[in-house]
Amino acid sequence: MLTVEGLSTGYGRVKVVHGISLTVDDGALVAVLGHNGAGKTTLLRGVMGLLPARRGRIELDGVDITKTRTNKRVRAGLAYVPQGQQAFGHLTTRENLQLVADTQGREGAKRVDAALDLFPALTELLSRRAGLLSGGQRQQLAIARALITGPKVMVLDEPTEGIQPSVVAEIQAAITTMMRETGIGVLIVEQQVGFALAAASRYVVMASGRAIAEGEAGAAAADGVRAAMAL
Amino acid sequence: MGVFISQAINGISLGSILLLAALGLSLTFGQMGVINNAHGEFMMIGAYTAYMVQTYLVKGAGASFLLSLLIGFVVAGLLGLLLEATLLARMRGRPLDTLLVTFGVALILQQVARDVFGSQPKDVKAPSWLSGPLHLGSYTIPWTRIFMFALAMFCLLVVHLVLKLTPLGRQVRATVQNRDLAEASGVSTRRADHMTFFLGSGLAGVAGVAVTLFGSIDFNLGTKYIVDAFLVVVAGGVARLAGAVIAAFGLGLMQAFVEFPTSASTAKVVVLLAVVLVLVIRPQGLMVLRTRSLA
Repeated sequence: MLTVEGLSTGYGRVKVVHGISLTVDDGALVAVLGHNGAGKTTLLRGVMGLLPARRGRIELDGVDITKTRTNKRVRAGLAYVPQGQQAFGHLTTRENLQLVADTQGREGAKRVDAALDLFPALTELLSRRAGLLSGGQRQQLAIARALITGPKVMVLDEPTEGIQPSVVAEIQAAITTMMRETGIGVLIVEQQVGFALAAASRYVVMASGRAIAEGEAGAAAADGVRAAMAL
Repeated sequence: MGVFISQAINGISLGSILLLAALGLSLTFGQMGVINNAHGEFMMIGAYTAYMVQTYLVKGAGASFLLSLLIGFVVAGLLGLLLEATLLARMRGRPLDTLLVTFGVALILQQVARDVFGSQPKDVKAPSWLSGPLHLGSYTIPWTRIFMFALAMFCLLVVHLVLKLTPLGRQVRATVQNRDLAEASGVSTRRADHMTFFLGSGLAGVAGVAVTLFGSIDFNLGTKYIVDAFLVVVAGGVARLAGAVIAAFGLGLMQAFVEFPTSASTAKVVVLLAVVLVLVIRPQGLMVLRTRSLA
């Protein structure tokens, strides 16, 4: 379980996120919604430790990780799929996966196989440099890489952004399959409100770095979310 | 034809020295992007390590030389690691500060060497099995040059295998390309930096031991190689070992062929102009990796 209490973070002296609190239970999905510039990505980077917490506290399974370095948060069970289909472009697909497997000891190889089962399209691209993959393939690789860390909670930043609809459906299916089969909690920033609210148990709407609406997700929440985002 | 072949041999020999001097730099500068002005002084430390080993530890020139290659690697590597962990790690993303600090460290190391060993040059005896030349028809190639070429190739192979096949190599390449993503993939980028600098500086130490085969050593040894080493890495294309190899032998051959009918200083000018020309035509150097995006 991931608990974020009153997190404030930003870039240098500029504070972007102000006192956000949320909880991601095991097997649950929490969606962070909001317009561009609302501070969603900054929030996720703060949760991952890529930006320092100015205030607040972050706990993973009751352990305070607020000041823990990012790579140790990952080893503790927090996985991250950043915005923009990021991969190590000069490394092959296999090397991208192996890089993470190297940090996982004996479990690494098994997890690579499991991730490839979830994204079989990657199997034929193992020898290709990741920089030569399409956006959709790179995003599948990014999620596969995160899964190999054996996460308790996955942090996904707009995983379907800029990807063709058929691949979007595959990625959304993979996320729900992964949650159902492994009980992983998911914290997701997603522009597609429909998918986010259908899969989420809770939502938070952000504007100007603050939470302006939050509550139980589901179809009934859609009108409230859209009203909050229209403000 | 005879002149052509003998100059080609000289050029390849010079290219081997350049490659060995630049190989460590291709890791610290090429891979990490750290402009380390003290790289030449790590070569000097390697050279003085050979002198110390031969003077105080092992008297036999052959055994002491081989042992020096190992000890020179470790001593220079540890000093590089110390520099990275104590100073450079605090200056990530501040290239101008790094440039100045490493320049200062280079001056300090030179002064320390002068205080400890004096300003007079020191000689390191070459192993007897490297004395004399190899006769190939009417041509002769000194064994020291053949050894230098073989050592450069061996070090190149080791660096290539480490970067390509080991977890450390993957971590270094990933960290170089996208530090945040590497951290978020569970990689300790701090450890990757430490190991890169250890390896890069250690290779400078090996190069320093090797150049004792070609003459006396003094506190100023590093300054003779640092500019050429940077030229090789920049002209070859940072982050590409193949580029460093092409640039080292290209510049070595050019130096040898221009030097023969003119002079050493004219050849140096031509080499510098060639590097400028390469960078005007290909600002990223001779070898560049192509990807759909830089992420």
